[in-house]
Amino acid sequence: MNDEFAGDSSQWAFGTGFEDPLAGVDTTVPPGVDAAELAARCLMLGDDALIMSQRLAEWCSRAPDLEEDIALANMALDLLGQARLLLSRAAAADPGVVPALPEGSPVPAEDALAYFRDAEQFRNVRLAEVENGDFAHVVVRLLLFSVARLALLERLRTSRDQVLAAVAAKGVKEITYHRDWAGRWFLTLAQGTEESRRRLVAALDALWPYQAELTGFDVELRDEVDAVLDQVFAVSGVERPERAPLPGTGRDGAHTDALGPLLAEMQVVARAHPSGRW
Amino acid sequence: MSARERAAEVAAQVRDPEMPMLTLADLGVLRGVEVHSDEEVGEEVVVSITPTYTGCPAVATMRDDLVHRLRAAGFARVEVRIVLDPPWSSDWISERGRAALREAGLSAPGPAPRRSGPIPLTLGPARSAPPCPRCGSAATRLTSEFGATACKALYRCTGCLEPFEHVKEI
Repeated sequence: MNDEFAGDSSQWAFGTGFEDPLAGVDTTVPPGVDAAELAARCLMLGDDALIMSQRLAEWCSRAPDLEEDIALANMALDLLGQARLLLSRAAAADPGVVPALPEGSPVPAEDALAYFRDAEQFRNVRLAEVENGDFAHVVVRLLLFSVARLALLERLRTSRDQVLAAVAAKGVKEITYHRDWAGRWFLTLAQGTEESRRRLVAALDALWPYQAELTGFDVELRDEVDAVLDQVFAVSGVERPERAPLPGTGRDGAHTDALGPLLAEMQVVARAHPSGRW
Repeated sequence: MSARERAAEVAAQVRDPEMPMLTLADLGVLRGVEVHSDEEVGEEVVVSITPTYTGCPAVATMRDDLVHRLRAAGFARVEVRIVLDPPWSSDWISERGRAALREAGLSAPGPAPRRSGPIPLTLGPARSAPPCPRCGSAATRLTSEFGATACKALYRCTGCLEPFEHVKEI
């Protein structure tokens, strides 16, 4: 190691204090933008990223090989970063969305939102929360998720809220890599062995009922997402599934039974020590 | 030398915690250094940095290192601000930074993609593979688009058979 920086131990000491990911960023809500609507939108996108990140993190040390293990962990990290900014943005726009904690609590708003809300207060799509399956399952899940998220973030780059626009512009660069990763693996598994294809088709069939929720009632967004998915299906020689969408939506807090145990694991330490300093 | 120039010089020397061959200035994450003078409380240095990737865990360390170095240089009050817009691009890595990457056996990024209109899905082999930073061979293959840090991809040289890291174009 170069002596130039080997002598300074502070080079290797990771920061201990939690920093505000929006430190110094102007979070004034621009005129004409409804603060409550902006916060609600940031919560949806932030919760999607947070819950998906948690599921991807569960893959750590379980992927078929080291490279894919690192890939999944990297994507989880990107999404966690997006979640932190979006939850912080939601809290700054409308402090009313942040759960009340005891007076003097050291918990920052982003953590209060992540660790101190119950399942029905989360606004993520159910695709993000369903339990993990095999490798084909995470490939299909990431494909459906990142195709829709990329299309959404692309639009939000021109959001009237400059903070959301900046988070979206940065997210677009990251999700482009996620979508390519999932698309390539989808193609590889489809054209691999009989077994890899069987597993891929089974995963697609199982996850398809959660797909429509990603675009909601936005026809233009749905068409855009469909065009990309159809491209992947065509190249892979896989039929577009015909299963009907699952009724209800996680956007209203109607979640599957999978979210509770996920949150229990994610939140247990923070809730056990609500006055803890980390 | 003015206080601002002195502060800027100190900040520019702080190194990236994950790629210590690069200074924050060479990596392009250091976006500005200002010094505000106030008669009552004295000088305050305000440093602006931008994360390479949204989830980059090194940001907290960069902030701590900047505060630490500037305090050691005599600036008692230091504030580090995050800048999100415009998003960081690998094009901001300086020529000196690129040379330092190559020196350390890493492959420097090519030009970042400039897009207009919808982002094309890339199902085939990724972008053109970079040459091997060790032997210079063009015969290299992508191992993974994701590496030990968010900003790097893994390649293998089929000439000298060595694996190497490539700083991704974003």
